[in-house]
Amino acid sequence: MSVLAIVFLPLLAAIIAGLFGRWIGSTTAKAVATGSLFLGAALSWPIFLGFVAGGSHEYVVPVLDWIHSGDLNVAWELRVDALTAVMLVVVTTVSSLVHLYSWGYMAEDPSQPRFFAYLSLFSFAMLMLVTANNLVQMFFGWEGVGLASYLLIGFWYHKPSANAAALKAFVVNRVGDFGFSLGIFGTFLVFGTLSIPAVLAAAPSMAGSTIGFAGMRVDTMTLLCLLLFVGAMGKSAQLGLHTWLPDAMEGPTPVSALIHAATMVTAGVFMVCRLSPMFEQSHTAMMVVTIVGAATAFFAATVGTAQNDIKRVIAYSTCSQLGYMFFAAGVGAYGAAMFHLFTHAFFKALLFLGAGSVIHAMHHEQDMRFYGGLRKEIPFTFWVMLIGTLAITGVGILGVGFAGYHSKDAILEVSFASGTTHGVIAFWAGAIAALLTSFYSWRLMFLTFWGKPRWGASEHIQHAMHSDHADHPDDEHGDSSQDTGMPPEGTGGYHPHESPLTMLIPIGLLALGALASGFTFSHHFLQSPEFWGGSIAYNEHLMHAMHEVPVWVKYAATIVMLLGLAIAYNNYIRRPEAAAAFVRQFPGIHAFVKNKWYFDELYDFLFVRPSIWLGRLFWKGGDEGTIDRFGPHGAAYAVGVGNRITYRLQSGYLYSYALVMLLGLIGAASWAIWWASK
Amino acid sequence: MITLAHYLTVAAILFVLGVLGIFINRRNVILILMAIELILLAVNINLVAFSAFLGDIVGQIMAMFVLTVAAAEAAIGLAILVIFFRRRGSIAVDDVNRMHG
Repeated sequence: MSVLAIVFLPLLAAIIAGLFGRWIGSTTAKAVATGSLFLGAALSWPIFLGFVAGGSHEYVVPVLDWIHSGDLNVAWELRVDALTAVMLVVVTTVSSLVHLYSWGYMAEDPSQPRFFAYLSLFSFAMLMLVTANNLVQMFFGWEGVGLASYLLIGFWYHKPSANAAALKAFVVNRVGDFGFSLGIFGTFLVFGTLSIPAVLAAAPSMAGSTIGFAGMRVDTMTLLCLLLFVGAMGKSAQLGLHTWLPDAMEGPTPVSALIHAATMVTAGVFMVCRLSPMFEQSHTAMMVVTIVGAATAFFAATVGTAQNDIKRVIAYSTCSQLGYMFFAAGVGAYGAAMFHLFTHAFFKALLFLGAGSVIHAMHHEQDMRFYGGLRKEIPFTFWVMLIGTLAITGVGILGVGFAGYHSKDAILEVSFASGTTHGVIAFWAGAIAALLTSFYSWRLMFLTFWGKPRWGASEHIQHAMHSDHADHPDDEHGDSSQDTGMPPEGTGGYHPHESPLTMLIPIGLLALGALASGFTFSHHFLQSPEFWGGSIAYNEHLMHAMHEVPVWVKYAATIVMLLGLAIAYNNYIRRPEAAAAFVRQFPGIHAFVKNKWYFDELYDFLFVRPSIWLGRLFWKGGDEGTIDRFGPHGAAYAVGVGNRITYRLQSGYLYSYALVMLLGLIGAASWAIWWASK
Repeated sequence: MITLAHYLTVAAILFVLGVLGIFINRRNVILILMAIELILLAVNINLVAFSAFLGDIVGQIMAMFVLTVAAAEAAIGLAILVIFFRRRGSIAVDDVNRMHG
């Protein structure tokens, strides 16, 4: 039962590296963590290839009993089917490569065992999530990855911005998780079980029934699916709950590659696919999934065009690609969604790790305006980044191309082929997003690798030149200057160095994935119900219809890709002043996009400020004004006042004591007489 | 005719004088001692007057005891006062507030 080893070895490694890293030494801890993940990857690929080759059947490995309470029976069980197998290879492959990459990238960090322990802990939680056979176990993994994400975003805890980003990720995810947990409660209420196969089997019988919610009668399946989808939106950073993902780039770059590009953020897509027979029962829920996905794909792509931080561009790109996956799932093409998830994991991890290599070479300068001309300085990084860019923009011809060509084109075709209104809306949003994707991806490439060197003005480079190798990881760069002006050209005497081999090998392997994963597995993901074997809802009619779309739809993705490339080429290579001229001409649009559609400001106004106001009200008015005032502070004050009065009574003069004695005697005598006379 | 009421009135006046002597007096401790004597005297007058009125000799015997105790009390009080004056150099009532702590 190799799946047990795959899931639990990372946990073991996390415990060893995390708790005993101090004693066994940094190198041993790193080796244990990395080794466990490579072993996991080596065990995962045969499982996946078994499903690809056909002949493998789904099975469940029981681990432990967990909860027996009334009707609620939950056990720890690892489920292995085609869907899980896909996620297993994605998680273990990217995670092991990121572990290896971190040897080089984090080489100068003082707390590497902690870093590797967190990475392994994350891998464990993610593997638990994808192998879950019931919703509670999935929620366990879901929260586990959230925890690991929080810990890793805030890994450099001495940076206030990293702490703030970690908290933001945690709090925004809490909103989504609230929906998810409500969905789980509701599922138990309706189906009386949380076992995923049992729920999926019973789902069709619940179609059309209604349930009371918030004082209204609503469609049961719509309600459950929408609540579960809120959870998916939070984890997968969909429009509305996306604000944490760009900020999560405060974490180390390997973390961004593993958690915030390849694996954790795709958990929402995975969940929708896993529960696809449930979603199939509600047209409303499917429509919402499609629209939210399409809106996210478009929104994030626009924002990506105006960012200057290389990691933020890729972060918005991730957000946008997740939108593609969701609207693919929304139109019913779960295979296409999973296919894009699969290929995206390779090329996006590649882009992130490549960006990490650039950042490493540039002494943690992340602002692309201070790059330029790096093609000749770090050629290996350039070539793999080029492959990544070709993959994400979807370059290919006549059915052979880079990974993104197969998956993204399939999504666009299938959304058009679905024939529904929201499917067509999603197609157009996706096509425009593809144009923008091509533009910002090439903009990134052109700014980074072409042109003349501009890093002479970078504070990081100057800092590095003056104090050799005293790195401050990923310091926040002042973002005040506008896109309109580029720093002066010049190297400042600094020559970037190519990254060490531990970083280049993982990127190279991922580049292979970005090259070949689309072409190799396209048939299985998209056209093979035998491959999926019932692990997702497979719409044979739809997957067939996607070949019948008009020719212009087939070529739409390629056309917009070329268009985006042409615009980027024109604006950043041929006439570098064109971008600045555009910004001058349309300052409003540029500011709107650059400031991420003012989502952060809106949320600040809508939620953060009222919360702070409410908090202050309860703090100043409730706690300090009422409880403290009449409680501890009031008691202390009363004691003080009483103290002063008795202090004054205690004059020390004999006659006043005598007077009090006399008064007391008179009082006692009066009372005695009064009492006697009654 | 001098009745019991007259005796009691005199005794009450003396008693109140004694009490006021303690409370109002702010000068020295000797006056307090004298005021206490006055109070005891007032009580003695009461005792003797009631004794004569009721034809009971016990009241007069009691008065003799009170006189004795008052003499002893005066002796001890004056002795303490002398010691006190030696230590503090003053017997003004307002200076005697060490019980204030």
